[in-house]
Amino acid sequence: MNTTPLVALVGNPNAGKSALFNALTGARQKVGNYPGVTVERHSGRMALPDGRPIELVDLPGAYSLDPGSPDEQVTRDVLLGRQQGERLPDAILTVVDASNLDNHLRFTLQLIELGLPIVVALNMVDLAERDGLKLDPEALERELGVPVVSTVAVRRRGLDALKERMGEMVKGVTRIRPSAGVQHDIVVLQRRARQIATAVTVSETAARRWTHRLDALFLHPVAGPIILLGTMFLMFQAVFAWSEVPKGFIEDGMKWLGSEIGAALPEGVFRSLIVDGVIAGVGAVVVFLPQILILFAFILVLEATGYMVRAAFLMDRVMASVGLSGRAFIPLLSSFACAVPGIMATRTIADEKDRLTTILIAPLMTCSARLPVYTIIIGALIPNKAVLPGMGLQGLVLFALYILGILGAFVVALVLRRTVTRGATSGFMMEMPKYQWPSARDVLLGLWQRALIFLKRAGTIILYTTVILWALLSFPKPPEGSGISQVDYSIAGRIGSGLEKIVAPIGFNRDMALAVIPAMAAREVAVAAIGTVYAIDNADDDSGKASIQQQLQKHWSLPSALAFLMWFVFAPQCISTIAVTRRETNGWKWPAFMIGYLFALAYVAAGLTYWSAVGLGL
Amino acid sequence: MNAPAAIPVPVRLAQLHRHAPGTVAGVDWDRLAEPEARRLRELGLDEGVEVELLHRSGLFGGPLACRIGRMTVALRRHVAAAIHVMPLARHA
Repeated sequence: MNTTPLVALVGNPNAGKSALFNALTGARQKVGNYPGVTVERHSGRMALPDGRPIELVDLPGAYSLDPGSPDEQVTRDVLLGRQQGERLPDAILTVVDASNLDNHLRFTLQLIELGLPIVVALNMVDLAERDGLKLDPEALERELGVPVVSTVAVRRRGLDALKERMGEMVKGVTRIRPSAGVQHDIVVLQRRARQIATAVTVSETAARRWTHRLDALFLHPVAGPIILLGTMFLMFQAVFAWSEVPKGFIEDGMKWLGSEIGAALPEGVFRSLIVDGVIAGVGAVVVFLPQILILFAFILVLEATGYMVRAAFLMDRVMASVGLSGRAFIPLLSSFACAVPGIMATRTIADEKDRLTTILIAPLMTCSARLPVYTIIIGALIPNKAVLPGMGLQGLVLFALYILGILGAFVVALVLRRTVTRGATSGFMMEMPKYQWPSARDVLLGLWQRALIFLKRAGTIILYTTVILWALLSFPKPPEGSGISQVDYSIAGRIGSGLEKIVAPIGFNRDMALAVIPAMAAREVAVAAIGTVYAIDNADDDSGKASIQQQLQKHWSLPSALAFLMWFVFAPQCISTIAVTRRETNGWKWPAFMIGYLFALAYVAAGLTYWSAVGLGL
Repeated sequence: MNAPAAIPVPVRLAQLHRHAPGTVAGVDWDRLAEPEARRLRELGLDEGVEVELLHRSGLFGGPLACRIGRMTVALRRHVAAAIHVMPLARHA
């Protein structure tokens, strides 16, 4: 039996709970899932000052013990010992925002009534002081009757004192069953919370001056949307511009690895597998790690600073016009990094129809896995010339692809909300947190987790599909001297030629058909597949040493390439997205619907693009 | 002319002047959907709480940013229209 004390970290959204969790547990974190629900379980180990270990579990942010969403339900059930897959916590660490006591204390009061040992972290005291609010933590301790520690989690202040109090809290804990008789009348709790907040406030001047000043700019009716658009544009330009140098390092490293291993291994099937299959395939994907990390860095920073909710605010009107709310903007923006966390983030949307619509359109947001495909094709076939100072044609095309995905998503949402997910429009109500300078440590920790996930994907799904594709492309061998190319004669080549009949009307050649199939497993495999096809096709002659980009220039026409890009804007891809959709919607009905509509859209859009481009004489 | 000091009359939050705080005089809870009303209570809205209209988003009737107590909250206009506010005397 696990005897490490379990402490539940609980608090309102925006109280700085995750920052405190990171500060206490560092990189010793585990991300899992609660059985039966899709809520992620974050837990980590920390050591008390006397060396005893504690398991800290970070529960989803909640406003009270009366759940309004699946997230909040998990929080309540864990605290009452009813959550499957979680033991009853031995104690509670609750976080409150120092400058928002009258609201956050309401939940604290409920938590105290549970009767479990509890410590209150009075967090973000620095921001409260910046806003002219002076509090008396000792008075708060007297009012609440439980230990209170002032902290600034993002700056790692107050942690030692907090650990000290936590040590006292779990000292010789005998298991206590939480009391069921908790006050649920929100008005009663609210009034008590306000009384306490007033009692512990020493002095108060005009609140939130900084946040108000920044909001006057960021929420300005004219400047606000311009800044939002500018931020998005900067983000996508940065993905291209800032990644050049690290990409070069990785490319050189891979080339070096390929030639070293190629030279060391004897000529034959095994060398071909390693050099053409594994290194060419996985290498082609790993090169995009810098771009994906830049994109995630932007999203993490936008979230940590508090700007993300402002973006949701600015977008609410637009989202409302297609029957969604500004709240859907956050999962959708996350989907630009990856649709899987994006779809999981829809859990915060209370309205069922609203949530379903958001899930169904999330795959249309250009996820980072599409970036490798876009980058390589744009890099090869779109001329690198400046349209305006500081704005290249390549960047502009990439931007256009993103916009296309967004427009597509809006049109689809509009249609869905009038047909399959019809219902009353849901509301939009969100707390807007204070602006905060993000902690580099938290952002780096987030990036580190993303990098691991990406490399794991490259090491498993991408590796497997690449190796299978390599095998299908390498066998059978054409008869000596027949003059038939290896790829034409291989199993994959024959499958590709068969598929070509279906995709020829939309301008795809055989190599494209071959790339599209394994891309179902993970989109970035398309690049690996193209890399492998040309590596095998040209293994003997000198052009085999040419880069994928040079190969593309040789084999692909511009209209075909544009059609291929368009296919990737819409096509349903990546098994993980389909799996998470099944889990989130409890069945195969909606994922099947999603696959169907996306395929239809992709086929039509690619076809239209191809024939328009041909018609324009491109 | 010596006009008598204006007697404050409750105004709907949606019609409040920007940066002119007031206290909540009453809320038409019936005009709000159940989850909306619940969330609004959880965000600390209650009679007697100080509120202030901070920002109106864009044109075309986008949401409003309001201060409720010490917290800033984004609301849609129909919600703000259900909240009656007594302007504070110094701003009346």
